[in-house]
Amino acid sequence: MTDVLSQIGSFSRHVLKTELKSAGQLSGGASQETWLFETQDGAKYILRRPPGGVAPTLDEPSDAFGSRHLSSAQEADILTSVHARGIEVPEVVHVFEEGEALYPSYVMRFVAGETIARKILRDPEYDVIRPQLAAQCGEAIAKIHSIGLNDLPELGTSDAAGEVRRYGDILARHGHPHPVFELALKWLRDNLPAPRPKCLVHGDFRNGNLIISPEKGLAAIIDWELTHFGDPMEDLGWICVPSWRFGNIDMPVGGFGDREAFYTAYEKAGGIVDRDSARFWEILGTLKWGVMCIIMIGLFESGVDRSVERAAIGRRTSETEIDLLRMLDGEN
Amino acid sequence: MQDKPTIETLINAVSLFIKDVASPALSGRSLFHARVAQNVLAIVEREALYGAQFSSAQQDRLRLLLDMDGDLEALNKELCARIKDGRLSAENVRAHLVKSTMGKLSIDQPNYAGYLRARELGWPEEDGYQQ
Repeated sequence: MTDVLSQIGSFSRHVLKTELKSAGQLSGGASQETWLFETQDGAKYILRRPPGGVAPTLDEPSDAFGSRHLSSAQEADILTSVHARGIEVPEVVHVFEEGEALYPSYVMRFVAGETIARKILRDPEYDVIRPQLAAQCGEAIAKIHSIGLNDLPELGTSDAAGEVRRYGDILARHGHPHPVFELALKWLRDNLPAPRPKCLVHGDFRNGNLIISPEKGLAAIIDWELTHFGDPMEDLGWICVPSWRFGNIDMPVGGFGDREAFYTAYEKAGGIVDRDSARFWEILGTLKWGVMCIIMIGLFESGVDRSVERAAIGRRTSETEIDLLRMLDGEN
Repeated sequence: MQDKPTIETLINAVSLFIKDVASPALSGRSLFHARVAQNVLAIVEREALYGAQFSSAQQDRLRLLLDMDGDLEALNKELCARIKDGRLSAENVRAHLVKSTMGKLSIDQPNYAGYLRARELGWPEEDGYQQ
């Protein structure tokens, strides 16, 4: 830890040309570490790196989510491309290269605001801006989806059929039977949306990965490590997964808005909404979160993460089962 | 049969320890984990109360639905197989799955919004559940 602090100090002095004033690790972020630091000139920055500063190898547990995480350099690359288009993401100021002490990691400008979903949904200081968040999110994600793929670094791809297969396989490997998931998988296989041209998909676009300011609302979309090329409706579905409504189940978009405001802003910004397909991705997203909860039990049992939180999250699987049953009934 | 204290009393004792002794001495990440631990004990308490009878209610329904015998895990695997290949439709299995899932929620997360909504909609609780 002192290592990181002294390395940040050295970076500040030699690259930012100002002395370090304060630095500390932020809590949260299971798959990436984030360090906030401030320099003598009053500027604030975020250093983001893999846990312990070690890049995970493919067979390590970071992959246990069944997810393909980007490297720090890829993530910084994407952020830079998105930021250049005036979309609300943090500005990358430095990417460390192989051989440098802080490799692999990158530094971005700190964006002020709140990321804790329950605060955004409950604290009175967000009362004024909250009704605008769904539209702001719709506009921002439409701009992200409209970026030409030729202007972006090469990324992994996914599609609806492949994702359904992937989570079905993970479930089968896990072994313990989940009849509700089986029912959802059957529905998903029977209702696959027609393939659409691929676009840049954020991959974890939901309340919790949004920095919200009480004054202007959406200040930044963060946590780009699951970004890939895929179906734009994946992002529209994921933000509406009931678990990301944090109790406000009648506000499908992140617990703060309705679909109409979100979709209207998306289309106004040039996107095309396929409502049936977005619904398909909501159901697939709910199943995916349920399967992720199951996988996390394995992280505890294998000793990778011995925290009580990691073990207990397995019991959140059933919340996605009741949600799936309600969704298959046509509930909101 | 074990003697007193009962399992409820033991769980209660640990829960009080976390709340009144450990938590005040903790902060940040550890305090958060202490809250999670208390929550886990509440799950354990509800499962001690309902787990066995919910499992046996599920097993009874599955024996009828599948017309075969076996332990709950084996019956559930068979149920999954028949849902997957279409031998059982959503209509065939819905009533069973609703009750089983309501039972899981009443133990895992009785305050979860989706569960509370299902109750408002009149979805039945698992057999043997008492308010």
